Amino acid sequence: MTLDAQTRRDFPILERIVNGRPLVYLDSAASSQKPRTVIEAMARYYETSHANVHRSIHTLGEEATELYEIARDRVQRFIGAAAREEIVFTRGTTDAISIVAEAVGRTLKPGDEILVTDMEHHSNLVPWQVAARDRGARIRSVPLVGEGTLDLAALDRLLTDRTRVFAFAHVSNVLGTINPVAELAARARRVGALSLVDGAQAIPHLPLDMSVLGCDFYAFSAHKMLGPTGLGVLYGRRALLEALEPARGGSEMIKEVWVDRATWNDLPWRFEPGTPPIAETVGLTAAVEYLEKLGMERVREHEQALAVQTVDLLSAIPGVRVYGPRRERGAVVAFSVDGWHPHDVAAALDAEGIAVRAGHHCAQPLMRWCGVVGTSRASFSVYNSSEEVALLAHAVASLGAAL
Amino acid sequence: MSSVTRPALYSETIRERWRRPRFRGELAGATATAEDVNPLCGDRVRMQVTLQDGRVSAARFVGDSCAICTASADVLSELIEGRSRAEASALGAGDVLEILRADVRPTRMRCVTLPISVLAKALA
Repeated sequence: MTLDAQTRRDFPILERIVNGRPLVYLDSAASSQKPRTVIEAMARYYETSHANVHRSIHTLGEEATELYEIARDRVQRFIGAAAREEIVFTRGTTDAISIVAEAVGRTLKPGDEILVTDMEHHSNLVPWQVAARDRGARIRSVPLVGEGTLDLAALDRLLTDRTRVFAFAHVSNVLGTINPVAELAARARRVGALSLVDGAQAIPHLPLDMSVLGCDFYAFSAHKMLGPTGLGVLYGRRALLEALEPARGGSEMIKEVWVDRATWNDLPWRFEPGTPPIAETVGLTAAVEYLEKLGMERVREHEQALAVQTVDLLSAIPGVRVYGPRRERGAVVAFSVDGWHPHDVAAALDAEGIAVRAGHHCAQPLMRWCGVVGTSRASFSVYNSSEEVALLAHAVASLGAAL
Repeated sequence: MSSVTRPALYSETIRERWRRPRFRGELAGATATAEDVNPLCGDRVRMQVTLQDGRVSAARFVGDSCAICTASADVLSELIEGRSRAEASALGAGDVLEILRADVRPTRMRCVTLPISVLAKALA
């Protein structure tokens, strides 16, 4: 049985009719849909166990705290982290990156460098720009070659003893390029730089093991991996998190407070000021359980097959250009159609019930490398089928002279 | 699924202005120019006008933009030629939409208004 045949009925939203057609949802890279188990787990939490976490000495408070901390354990296991202290809950990927950028930013000196890449999402560029600003630090970037892979030869020149952080995506949200995280993290470590990986487009699609990847920090969002919005995870190696002075204060992250000073709580709470998104962590637990039950190897195979089928079908259509590597790629396929603006393509596909994304995909430096203002992008999750890819290709092929 | 049965995506005016814009191009000797982007999609539009005795004597636009935005810029350029600076500045999305004969969805209204806000900058 194909994966989608097994999963489709678990996602209530896929029963929707859009513009008179059954919904074909090909925008999971922006945000995935949610299985019933996630929706129900969150509803059940609010109906039976909700209270604030950690300092509520009553039954509901204890239940909420337990559910919140169970989520941490599930995430730790899911990504192969060495300890639960290495899992920090955040508001999302952007927030997770910002936590590191703000903390590291306070220690930057003039002449220090942050290395990024030309394929980064704005969320892995702008926090570093903000951190480097006013501190005399400089942003450098790894260029791209060929079909859109990192220029590893240029890396030797760019990664130096001035580099404080090397921040890069695991999987490009436009090209689908899968970067060699273990190699990049090892090369960063050799020059004494921290490595931070934007894993937003990898966590929903690839089996992950932090002990194999060897990076220092890894950031991702719950809502792209079948979980709820408003929640993300920052994984950080314990010794590094211990050494990092928190840049954000509030309740929960403290041990003792005076009016003019405070001492910090232990990890991981030190980086979790304020009341966290509790119901969302309950939803994330359900999402992780759902993915684990499917098996991430199967998920990868299924989505890679859909992406390759899309590349093959779309690039066979005259006037259609497909971006990124042909074969080894993540679950996104960006494309453009001659004579059509990407937004008009998306509007035309929406009229057929097909949801794709269009625009710069929050990766404007990469759009400039591609030589376009924007692209249309189809992206996949566990519930998408080969038939849906065929519908997309048919709809793109029949755009023709309609505009 | 067939393209034969599908109703046109946009109004005839939008499609016509997208295929054959009448006011697209550089304006030699422009006396006021402004440019901006739509942060949602990265579209970029530059409006150029020549002001003579307080009136817009010529207008052109250039841009990387979608059909709706291109049609809006084209119609706007046509609308302002011959008008006073104050009249041109007073034009709004309603004026453009009336000519486009289009019911534009909220998510695409920025495509209509980008050329209008760029023109306002040029005339300010």
